[in-house]
Amino acid sequence: MRLILLLLGLLALALLVSIAFGETSLSAAQYAGAFAHPGSPAGEILFRIRAPRAVCAALVGAALGLSGAVMQGLLRNPLAEPGVLGVSGGAGFAAAVVIALGVAGVPGVVEVAALGGALVAGAIVAGLAARFREPETLILFGVAFAALGGALTALVFNLSPSPVTTAEVLSWLQGSVANRDWPDIGLALLPMGVGAALCAYSGVGLRMLTLGEESAALSGLPMARLRVAAIAGAALLTGASVALAGVIGFVGLAAPHLVRGSASDDPAATLAPSAIAGAILLALADLLARVIPTAEELRLGVVTALFGAPLFALIAWRAARSWRA
Amino acid sequence: MTAALEIDGLGVQLGGRIVLTDVTLAVEPGEVVGVLGPNGAGKTTLLRAAIGLQARSAGVVRLGSRPLETLNERERAGLAAYLPQERRVAWNMPAWRIAALGAYDRAPVLAHALALEQLDALEIGDLAERGVLDMSGGERARVLLARLLVTRAPLLVADEPAAGLDPETQFLALMRLRERATAGAAVVVTLHDLTLAARFCDRVAVMDSGRIVAAGAPLGVLTPDLLAGVFALDGALVETEVGLVLAAQRVATKWAAP
Repeated sequence: MRLILLLLGLLALALLVSIAFGETSLSAAQYAGAFAHPGSPAGEILFRIRAPRAVCAALVGAALGLSGAVMQGLLRNPLAEPGVLGVSGGAGFAAAVVIALGVAGVPGVVEVAALGGALVAGAIVAGLAARFREPETLILFGVAFAALGGALTALVFNLSPSPVTTAEVLSWLQGSVANRDWPDIGLALLPMGVGAALCAYSGVGLRMLTLGEESAALSGLPMARLRVAAIAGAALLTGASVALAGVIGFVGLAAPHLVRGSASDDPAATLAPSAIAGAILLALADLLARVIPTAEELRLGVVTALFGAPLFALIAWRAARSWRA
Repeated sequence: MTAALEIDGLGVQLGGRIVLTDVTLAVEPGEVVGVLGPNGAGKTTLLRAAIGLQARSAGVVRLGSRPLETLNERERAGLAAYLPQERRVAWNMPAWRIAALGAYDRAPVLAHALALEQLDALEIGDLAERGVLDMSGGERARVLLARLLVTRAPLLVADEPAAGLDPETQFLALMRLRERATAGAAVVVTLHDLTLAARFCDRVAVMDSGRIVAAGAPLGVLTPDLLAGVFALDGALVETEVGLVLAAQRVATKWAAP
């Protein structure tokens, strides 16, 4: 509980900083003016551009952090993340197809496609998980899925009619929360809320899985249902986050690791802190993307990958040293 | 009295290979039954089939006189608890949290107290806060046994509860299981140490090639003939001041003989 409160405090701070700073520097008078007159240019910047963007980054980060924690708990593998079972690959592919087909102009189509792609991939994974209990088997299927998703997305590039479409798909695959407004966030809240509820429900099962499949199966918990809830919840969260911000890697991998030690390594107790840590990470990553002075604004997915990849190596290094069983 | 576990005519096939044939065994409340036999005799498969982790090709299994397949997860957990041979733990959770998983459905404060009580009983109360992956294999095995003892199930099924423990702790572990039986539970264990089996089991069932070849009180079952035939041991259980002890040597094989 103390951990959660501490993290919430940090998140509030991160959001505050994200909203306060950006490409345009404002004077103290302009900040004051923004609060007095939300309709003023400074107010528009703060409340219509920066605030929804920061909240969006935090939401997506929370969804990815929670989904990553669930995947790591379910697969009992510290290197698992939302993409490991091909769920984000499915979402990315579905969105790429819709963009390539040229119907991306219709509001909400890409978002719905991404969510749908994630859910289809999630349903396949859930079906496989019901049949194959061993996490190693699931991970192998996931590797195959992710590769297939990547190949299909590459196929979309290959066959796409114009370079403009290609650029559009690419920029989407790199992830961004630029130009997200409050209504976009509103749309994502329902799938994210349902996903988070399913993940919270599955927590007790994830904790029991610490003892392995067989002990968990005999613990008295309805493990089959809890596993489906975990996968469905993670798929909803990942799908909704891809719908809102494109494909963003490493947050789902890193967030659970940052808090696991403080949560007694308990997979259930890791869930909420991991979500908040993900929110903090992505809010800060988006702040970096905005304030690093580059000709073209850095894409959020690029920033998280740049910082995330070395972190991934570090985690693998530490995990390898602590695998003693 | 209703048997805690009844196995009748059990057969199991794994990938077309017959692993268990016509196994019949009943375990009553208050008794410790040891399942003995050489590696590959089918001990673990018997335990797994008894508790529903292993599909049967023939026979009936009843827990508390109810057929296994009529029980849902919660009912089954209420009738039997299981300690697998595999001692892997995925995350470095503190020992007491692992032990408390045996009482996940009870109030957290109570689960904590029960976990500490059983860790104390296994003399690792001082390690309650230590991560289970920061422990030795034997210490971790004790934590997992504590988890089993925390459950309230009237049937405890433990696959090699003594494996990996030092001699003194092997006695301790079996004493605790024995106490549960005295308190009214039924206990089934697989053991390789025949001295331990003779000391702590009311009855033993000796398996060989997927069949129970002898069952009954240890002294009557573990005869020199059986030791030679099943375990390839030349020896006998010997009565000593501290109890039965196995004194035996390996049967000279035909390759060793001139």
